[in-house]
Amino acid sequence: MNVQADNRRLVRRLVFSCVLMFGFGFALVPLYDVFCEVTGLNGKITNTGPVAVEGPDLSRQVRVRLLAVHNEGMPWEFGPVDGLIETHPGEMKQTAFHATNPTGRRMVAQAIPSVAPAEAAEYLHKVNCFCFEQQTLLAGESVQMPLLFVIDKKLPEHIRSLTLSYTLFDISPEVSVAESSEKEQSL
Amino acid sequence: MNTLDTTLHAGEHGHHGPAKGIGRWLFTTNHKDIGTLYLWFSLLMFFTGGCMALMIRAELFQPGLQLVEPGFFNQMTTMHGLIMVFGAVMPAFVGLANWMVPMMIGAPDMALPRMNNWSFWILPFAFAMMISTLFMDGGAPNFGWTFYAPLSTTYAPPSVTYFIFAIHMMGISSIMGAINIIATILNLRVPGMTMMKLPLFCWTWLITAFLLIAVMPVLAGVVTMMLMDIHFGTSFFNAAGGGDPVLFQHVFWFFGHPEVYIMILPAFGIISQIIPTFARKRLFGYASMVYATASIAILSFLVWAHHMFTVGIPLAGELFFMFATMLIAVPTGVKVFNWVATMFRGSMTFETPMLFALAFVVLFTIGGFSGLMLAIAPVDFQYHDTYFVVAHFHYVLVPGAVFAIMAGAYYWLPKWTGHMLDERMGKLHFWLSFIGVNITFFPMHFIGLAGMPRRIPDYALQFADFNMVASIGAFIFGLSQLVFLWNVIACVRGGEKAAARSWEGAEGLEWEVPSPAPYHTFATPPKLPESQR
Repeated sequence: MNVQADNRRLVRRLVFSCVLMFGFGFALVPLYDVFCEVTGLNGKITNTGPVAVEGPDLSRQVRVRLLAVHNEGMPWEFGPVDGLIETHPGEMKQTAFHATNPTGRRMVAQAIPSVAPAEAAEYLHKVNCFCFEQQTLLAGESVQMPLLFVIDKKLPEHIRSLTLSYTLFDISPEVSVAESSEKEQSL
Repeated sequence: MNTLDTTLHAGEHGHHGPAKGIGRWLFTTNHKDIGTLYLWFSLLMFFTGGCMALMIRAELFQPGLQLVEPGFFNQMTTMHGLIMVFGAVMPAFVGLANWMVPMMIGAPDMALPRMNNWSFWILPFAFAMMISTLFMDGGAPNFGWTFYAPLSTTYAPPSVTYFIFAIHMMGISSIMGAINIIATILNLRVPGMTMMKLPLFCWTWLITAFLLIAVMPVLAGVVTMMLMDIHFGTSFFNAAGGGDPVLFQHVFWFFGHPEVYIMILPAFGIISQIIPTFARKRLFGYASMVYATASIAILSFLVWAHHMFTVGIPLAGELFFMFATMLIAVPTGVKVFNWVATMFRGSMTFETPMLFALAFVVLFTIGGFSGLMLAIAPVDFQYHDTYFVVAHFHYVLVPGAVFAIMAGAYYWLPKWTGHMLDERMGKLHFWLSFIGVNITFFPMHFIGLAGMPRRIPDYALQFADFNMVASIGAFIFGLSQLVFLWNVIACVRGGEKAAARSWEGAEGLEWEVPSPAPYHTFATPPKLPESQR
């Protein structure tokens, strides 16, 4: 019958749109990252790695405040060595965060950075950062974790101070699961 | 009526009365039976969610913790929201569509009757699964109906997995319902009924169905991501693994904002059927109603971030979402003015369905205005997550969507049951509900503006009086729904015989068939009545 063929075609199309929209839901994940990267929203830092230093712009001063945040349940002692750094755009600055694992077990942590105002995120260039990799500390162990950064000379005039915050997450459970499954595979 | 029908079409296949016993309901493919199932299911869920609301209001009657544990209170707010949204309002609209759409367009049944049966029978299982979480270790979901990550992932009770699968099932059910309605409206209209002659209830449902197709899969996507974060070690919403909890809010509200229009557009349709009947005039501005509905639907995809003004989106984003949101007030205003213009110089009478429709127009508009206040990004920082938001969305959902459903139920009950309603009892229900709903939700504006946060079991002393008022109103409103139940049952069991055209001014194909509507209607396509040609 005519109507039945029409129905079948319509249903096929509608089901296909549903599948497409289900995919779109997942596509929102990379789209969101791309969008944040393009617009520099979200305070995510995308400029990393070596940089050519051209000499500082001494006419401007920028205050960089360093913050350390413990994610819930994270027992480590964690904080910046220097809470406030005065720098010039284009100047390479080195500082560090210290961390101590006061517990009686080996733990793995991951620091997630964020910059405020978000507008400044794309001008903060990290040459080296402890947040690039996971930190493993044995029971009672302490470590100084280096941070090397340059503020881009193109930083807009009205930004005179910015905040770089690190949130420390305990990822020991995830890592131990991954490690044990790796061991199983190598056996 | 069934005997008449059988004799008329003797020998023709498929023309028999309903099967006997429980099998009739389990295996039915009849749009009227399925509509009835949807409506009863929705009423059951309405009372279930209502009991949870009363539990919340009982706890909030006085400051301090008296009746329930804070953890249980959180489960109540969550389950109340989920059950009312997915269990009461949405199935009620699907039920009305099942009953009325084929009869309004002169079709013998829905386009895909077997799928229709399936899409209903998934629902009881989905809700049984969700409600069963209340009896599990760790309790039911307690993260609010918006289930923001990481509350719903890292910190969720173990029952969250049941919640996820329940949402999946409801989503599948809604999508199948939507596909069915689109296929019915597009393919089964009686010859001569062009799209611009479609009754407005069908138009609003058609647009709603497209919204459902577009966003229910996104909801399925977001709960799937949660499932993967919880059980398979992914990090969609987990910052430690490179994900982002704010991403959850974006994906959720991409679904969530069209969802709120899914819950109101069919209500617009019902009101657009009822007001012309009791004003005894044609609907003013039919074409503008259709275009306004479509504009609202399109705009609903561009405003989701107004739910997240406080997460730290940049100024340009706040401005865009603020103005886009305010733009929605324009087509909505067109609708409200059209309803008012329809009534203007009409010969109005005030039967129960009309009273509910009028209350809808006034109270929904109040809810719309508080929505406009919330749309203003700079002041939203004060209103965000306060009782002002609670007042706003309850004004658009309770005297909005729920009143429209009740108006529709009272309007079409004579067609369904063959009996007229006892007007006295209908008016009693209306006035108790109208007064109750306002006593409940109006004070919430004040306590919200004064700073009382939502979803808390205890509050500061200065909010005590208004909370007590709201709780009293909630019990008036809640208990008055028993009158509704009584009315429906009384109407099913007996009463004054209803004519085919049960209301004097009613127009449309559904009023051409006898009351109660025979089990099979329009086996041969009818002629369009004069008024619709």
